[in-house]
Amino acid sequence: MPHSKSICGVIGMAALNRTMQKALVCIATLCALPANAASPPRIVSQGTQQTPGCASCHGAAGDGSLVGVPRLAGQIGGYMVKQLNDFKTGRRASNVMQPIAKYLSAGDVRTAAAWYAAQSHPVPANPTPNAAQHAQGETLARVGDWSRNIPSCNSCHGPDGSGVAPSFPALRGQRPDYVIAQLKAWKAGQRKNDPMHLMGGVAAALTDADVNAVALYYGSLGGKP
Amino acid sequence: MKRLLLAGFCTIAFAAAAHAAGFTPPPESAIPQGPFGDSVRRGEAIFTDTQKNAHGFTGNVLTCENCHLDRGRKADSAPMWAAWVIYPQFRSKNGKINSMAMRIQGCFQFSINGKAPPLDSALLTDLQSYFFWLATGAPTGKKMPGQGFPELPKAAKTPDAHRGALAYQAHCALCHGDKGEGRVSQGKMVFPPLWGAQSYNKGAGMYRVNTAAAFIRANMPYSQGGSLDAQTAWDLAAYINSQPRPADPRKAKK
Repeated sequence: MPHSKSICGVIGMAALNRTMQKALVCIATLCALPANAASPPRIVSQGTQQTPGCASCHGAAGDGSLVGVPRLAGQIGGYMVKQLNDFKTGRRASNVMQPIAKYLSAGDVRTAAAWYAAQSHPVPANPTPNAAQHAQGETLARVGDWSRNIPSCNSCHGPDGSGVAPSFPALRGQRPDYVIAQLKAWKAGQRKNDPMHLMGGVAAALTDADVNAVALYYGSLGGKP
Repeated sequence: MKRLLLAGFCTIAFAAAAHAAGFTPPPESAIPQGPFGDSVRRGEAIFTDTQKNAHGFTGNVLTCENCHLDRGRKADSAPMWAAWVIYPQFRSKNGKINSMAMRIQGCFQFSINGKAPPLDSALLTDLQSYFFWLATGAPTGKKMPGQGFPELPKAAKTPDAHRGALAYQAHCALCHGDKGEGRVSQGKMVFPPLWGAQSYNKGAGMYRVNTAAAFIRANMPYSQGGSLDAQTAWDLAAYINSQPRPADPRKAKK
């Protein structure tokens, strides 16, 4: 993971020349790749002429990292395709992903999403919730709080947050810092690419303590069962 | 954006109104220890994972909770605490005085498209323990606010399946699928099928367009109850109930 992290920091630096960047991306990819796994497609490992490979930040196995980079391993393919297309069109804002997504062809998007959807790499260590956060997170995940019009997260995101194809992303094993950042973005109205305003509406009802608890709870669950 | 905001406000106002009026059943943490509490817990488990915990009596993948949201707690979604206090009652559906146990048998035969569990079965006893416990402190014999699905005003235009089909794609298909097939994750039903072999049969209450319209208007989509206008709810109910589903077992037998 340290390789991916350093690369992520580096990508944003305009001063870095293209050759150097490509070389670093390749090193990161090799380091992140499990020894006996099938080789990732070129878009994941090397990217395009203009952009680094997905693996440079997300890892070839899709682990993500604790600097706000989401785990993609086992994520719902249709959901990832939609997010990349939304980055392309600007429906979803991201300083990192928008400049990259605009260079991806429809084929690149499909290929990358299919690769990551098929990964079931073990979930790397995430920060663990304390007992109170675990209980609060689990209650929201499994039961919700209808007195505040909050259905259980699992009622849309599937059993233990496994995701529901094609539209509802998996949450189990997701990086908690990423989930917290996204829920805060939903709450603040900065993210609004959800179908039917479903997530925005629910996120608005969550307190900061709810957000932390539920993110840590899902982060602590194992990956794809 | 204005529409979104308006929808948001309506949703919040609707939810707040339903909540303010209502009865609150005890929290799960208040389920007592001992044999009665165990029965309550088993009843809740049957309610939320019916196929698994009422094995042998189910004929589709639906759960009790699919129509009675929030584990049978949610006001305006036919909550069990409000149902408990109005049984036994006469029902024209079968021309008899129905005990709660008989009423639940009806759910299994029609909504769950399965078999009626015997009146003295542990299964029906556990469900009734759960309902009785949810109704702790509720007034026996009173029609409580939040009971059933709030009746809709008569549709301004005759409910229309063609308009309903368009509204279905816009408001329902995301979760329930383009063909009403529902959605599954990790082998578990997440969003219930609305028609077809795995949905309720033609003897179910939900097969009545007014009942389905009332449920939809008050409760769908999740977290946005009250956001669809009444005409859309009527049209959706007409569309959904115009689709193929298992026959009414009472008629099939004739």
